[in-house]
Amino acid sequence: MSSKRIVTCTVNGREESFLCKPQQTLLEVLRDVLDLTGTKEGCSNGNCGACSVLMDGKVVDSCLVLAVECEGVELETIEGVADHGHLAPVQNAFLENAALQCGICTPGFIMATKALLKQNPNPSEQEIRFSLAGNLCRCTGYDKIIRAVQDAADHKIA
Amino acid sequence: MRDFEYEAPSTLDAAVALLAEHNGSARPLAGGTDLIDHIRTDRLAPNLVVDIKKIPELNILEHSADGLRLGAAVCCSRIYGDETIRQQYSALADSASIIGGIQIQNRASVGGNLCNAGPAADSTPSLIALGATCVIAGPNGRREVPVESFCVTKGKTVLEPGEILVELKFPSRPSGSGSHYRRFIPRNEMDIAVVGVGASVTLDGDTISDARVSLGAVAIVPLLAKEVNDALIGKPATDETYKAAGEVARSIIDPITDMRGTREFRIHVTGVLVERVLREAVARANS
Repeated sequence: MSSKRIVTCTVNGREESFLCKPQQTLLEVLRDVLDLTGTKEGCSNGNCGACSVLMDGKVVDSCLVLAVECEGVELETIEGVADHGHLAPVQNAFLENAALQCGICTPGFIMATKALLKQNPNPSEQEIRFSLAGNLCRCTGYDKIIRAVQDAADHKIA
Repeated sequence: MRDFEYEAPSTLDAAVALLAEHNGSARPLAGGTDLIDHIRTDRLAPNLVVDIKKIPELNILEHSADGLRLGAAVCCSRIYGDETIRQQYSALADSASIIGGIQIQNRASVGGNLCNAGPAADSTPSLIALGATCVIAGPNGRREVPVESFCVTKGKTVLEPGEILVELKFPSRPSGSGSHYRRFIPRNEMDIAVVGVGASVTLDGDTISDARVSLGAVAIVPLLAKEVNDALIGKPATDETYKAAGEVARSIIDPITDMRGTREFRIHVTGVLVERVLREAVARANS
């Protein structure tokens, strides 16, 4: 039996230390240890992107990261996106464009969109579709999501 | 997920010692996009996972007059984010930018893609086309293996217990050379190649002076298509030449029929892709 390790990292700007076993994924620790249940479990094999979080600013599938790998890293989850209770532009854009139905995929899409717009503030439709290929949505048909991302990009520029 | 121990050594010697000590029951962890899924689904059952991302040599990405050194743990997004790789080793950038989505590309390494030894691995045909050499470290020291000899069969490489892939060495690119990788998939993104083709060409005027073509997903391991290379070298860079090369490629493969495509379809698509990939590689060589 492997023993638990202490991992210290920054989560949404706050330093956190947690205990975890080597076989626990970051997704499990976020949801079950840190009670950050905004990050969703979908396929748990890296296809759907529902568990997307930012790790040192890069979007990753938290189901494919071991929590013990997170020593010293900076994590951002959906809980860290809103600013003191005010929705961030990207969240507003998803709401205004009705870019969600059941909502399970939405936290992952928002994290992937944040990463995309940080790197490329004015992406083309093709770039948006390519960048969000790692996030699956079975409700919307994607068009409204693409429009929301374009809208969020426009608002950031304005 | 099954219970295992985790170590993250900061030196290559320590990693090799850990892997050797566990004699095959330890697995190196780079991006984890295959390993973690394989452990979760009981396809692999390691007692120890050795995180190799803290080892400087495995994170190297260095250009020099000798060519490119690429650490085995360097993730895909760092590869296609490198301007010189995009310009000089375009096929490698092509592969790195179509493996999974962005989430996967931020973690998955080309070294891991190679060590996984999947017949349809998207990076391996590019590594073969670009003439990469695998640098391997183990309890008995270092050795080098040409990348086309690295995969032995599906899921198995030349790595012995305790050995680890350290880096891929690419020769410098002669002037007038270009490369490309392309695959056929029924979706736009996030899919496994039905056929994948990598090619590197060097031009002397309008004549192809050197060529390396590699075919993926049409055999148990990705192939260096020597007969296709022979059909290209010394020929003019024209559509007729590419078409003839495609026919040669069709004649040397023996693909399987599976859920992704029938044998006949794979043979057909191989010829089409060889033509298209050569045309793009030549266009890049000329630009």
